[in-house]
Amino acid sequence: MSLKVATANRLIDGRVVFLGEHSRWQERLADAVAAEGAEADALMKTADYHVATAVVVGAYLIDVTTGPEGLVPSALKERIRAFGPTVM
Amino acid sequence: MYAYDSFDRDFVAQRVDQFREQVGRRLAGELTEDEFKPLRLTNGLYLQLHAYMLRVAVPYGVLSSRQVRKLAHIGRRYDRGYGHFTTRQNIQFNWIKLEDAADILAELAEVEMHALQTSGNCIRNTTADQYSGVAADEIEDPRPYAELIRQWSSLHPEFTFLPRKFKIAITGSPNDRAAVKVHDVGLRMLRNEAGDVGFEVIVGGGLGRTPMIGKVIRRFLPKEHLLSYLEAVMRVYNQAGRRDNLYKARIKILVHEIGAEEMTRRVEAEWALIRDGVLKVPAETIAELKSFFNPPDYAPASDRPAALSQAMYENKEFARWHQAQVARHREPGYAIVNISLKPLGGIPGDVTSDQLDAIADLAETYSLAELRVTHAQNLVFPHVRQDALPALWAALKDLGLATPNLDQVGDIIACPGLDYCALANARSIPVAQAVSARFADLARAHDVGELQIKISGCINACGHHHVGHIGILGVDKKGEEFYQITLGGSAALDASVGQIIGPAVAADQVADAVETLVETYVGLRQPGERFLDTYRRVGAAPFKETLYAAH
Repeated sequence: MSLKVATANRLIDGRVVFLGEHSRWQERLADAVAAEGAEADALMKTADYHVATAVVVGAYLIDVTTGPEGLVPSALKERIRAFGPTVM
Repeated sequence: MYAYDSFDRDFVAQRVDQFREQVGRRLAGELTEDEFKPLRLTNGLYLQLHAYMLRVAVPYGVLSSRQVRKLAHIGRRYDRGYGHFTTRQNIQFNWIKLEDAADILAELAEVEMHALQTSGNCIRNTTADQYSGVAADEIEDPRPYAELIRQWSSLHPEFTFLPRKFKIAITGSPNDRAAVKVHDVGLRMLRNEAGDVGFEVIVGGGLGRTPMIGKVIRRFLPKEHLLSYLEAVMRVYNQAGRRDNLYKARIKILVHEIGAEEMTRRVEAEWALIRDGVLKVPAETIAELKSFFNPPDYAPASDRPAALSQAMYENKEFARWHQAQVARHREPGYAIVNISLKPLGGIPGDVTSDQLDAIADLAETYSLAELRVTHAQNLVFPHVRQDALPALWAALKDLGLATPNLDQVGDIIACPGLDYCALANARSIPVAQAVSARFADLARAHDVGELQIKISGCINACGHHHVGHIGILGVDKKGEEFYQITLGGSAALDASVGQIIGPAVAADQVADAVETLVETYVGLRQPGERFLDTYRRVGAAPFKETLYAAH
């Protein structure tokens, strides 16, 4: 079983958001709730509800790991979504 | 430049109002994303990795200083202070909020701009030669015909829901700078034996996952038949193009499957039914459209003025820039100036709002307040007096916009890649930056000569990698970015699709690989040969040998 976080883009401005405590969407991955198994399924259920009620767009679960720098997405695409473009 | 009439103005204003209302319904939860998505795409609004992205149309690549200032303002007020010129002469903003989108479209409408036909399965904005109307080699200015196509296509009831997107490019010069052979339809103006000017019609070119070079289906089309013939092409495609498979829906697949001969037969048969109907373009309409693009009143200026020769003699840096960036103008005493948006180690096509404002001012001072966007993500000042070139160069240099690298190794086309794009598999920009930085020695780059490197972050090929002399395609291999290298592509009249040279290389090896390929070419080239010429003469083997022996 792997650790997961629910993510989406916020409807009003398209910003990347992560589902945090009290079902609130957060801009920082560090503020997300990470969960496994049935708890991750529950995160996704909340996310789906927020898709249906026009709060966020395109919600899904991503794999994350925890380390000294906190939560880090496993996939490069998700790291770029979480931390921004690698170029400026 | 073309100026809106009341019909255009009302149409664009109505679309802004409609979209404002649609956004309101979406934010209120009255529309689902599935319902809303086609509506926002019709207005150029995508949802990318980090935010909404608005792609603003620059029809046939022509901009006024006033419009550029508006783009600068939009970048500053609604985005993060910059914009990105694309490979289809458009500009996109990467950090747009849905709640601002209608306001932005309303602001664009103030300067006769919009984001229509920049997305969706419609006829997209027609692209054109960036030297239109000023090229020394031009047969006729293609912009009036590009505008004619715009007017025909914008609200065409038959072609709103095509099997896939449809891209048209047009050039009025024998030297193709508009990549007409890799578009769904390419139009090349030429003169027939009787001396009349018309169009060669090329159909079924394209890049993406199945690159194809377009086929000529009509060698000469009289101008008055342009729309009826395009209508016939579109009807054949709309009826026979595949709608069952997204990846096989472009017209290039249809042309490939039935063959150019059968395509020609079907188009000609359809055309015979409509050629002398309502779409036949009256001479007065062409004359009226041409009047928008009349050459400006050039003040008399001497050709090759002494001041220019002296500046070139005294200042090697200016002379190098002049040699690389300045093209011959049809009017004596004037020049076409290419402005590189590829600073050493920079992001191809990116420009800040401050730079845009400064560019607008410079265009006003030096280029009759007009500029052009190129499909290679650079800008052009089309009307510069030769005696003003040293002053313009000095001003561009102050802005960091005087890199002398047109069509050279540092003039890389790159899509936004995985840093911004939701479709990408790998990053493009850092790879372009690494290659650009590797060839920071401009004297060396100049010695290498014409070398077009094009980078895409996925198989959709927005970075045109198939037609790069060196093409680079990012792929995902078990979560790691790798880059497949192709050689021998060209988007010009001698169009060809590059061939994969061998196994993909890791991200940190791309600059090394390009350097090895360049050194191999330098060792093999004969006098006057470009990289592409040498490759075509000797084939892939020597390049393969040095590239893979080195790794």
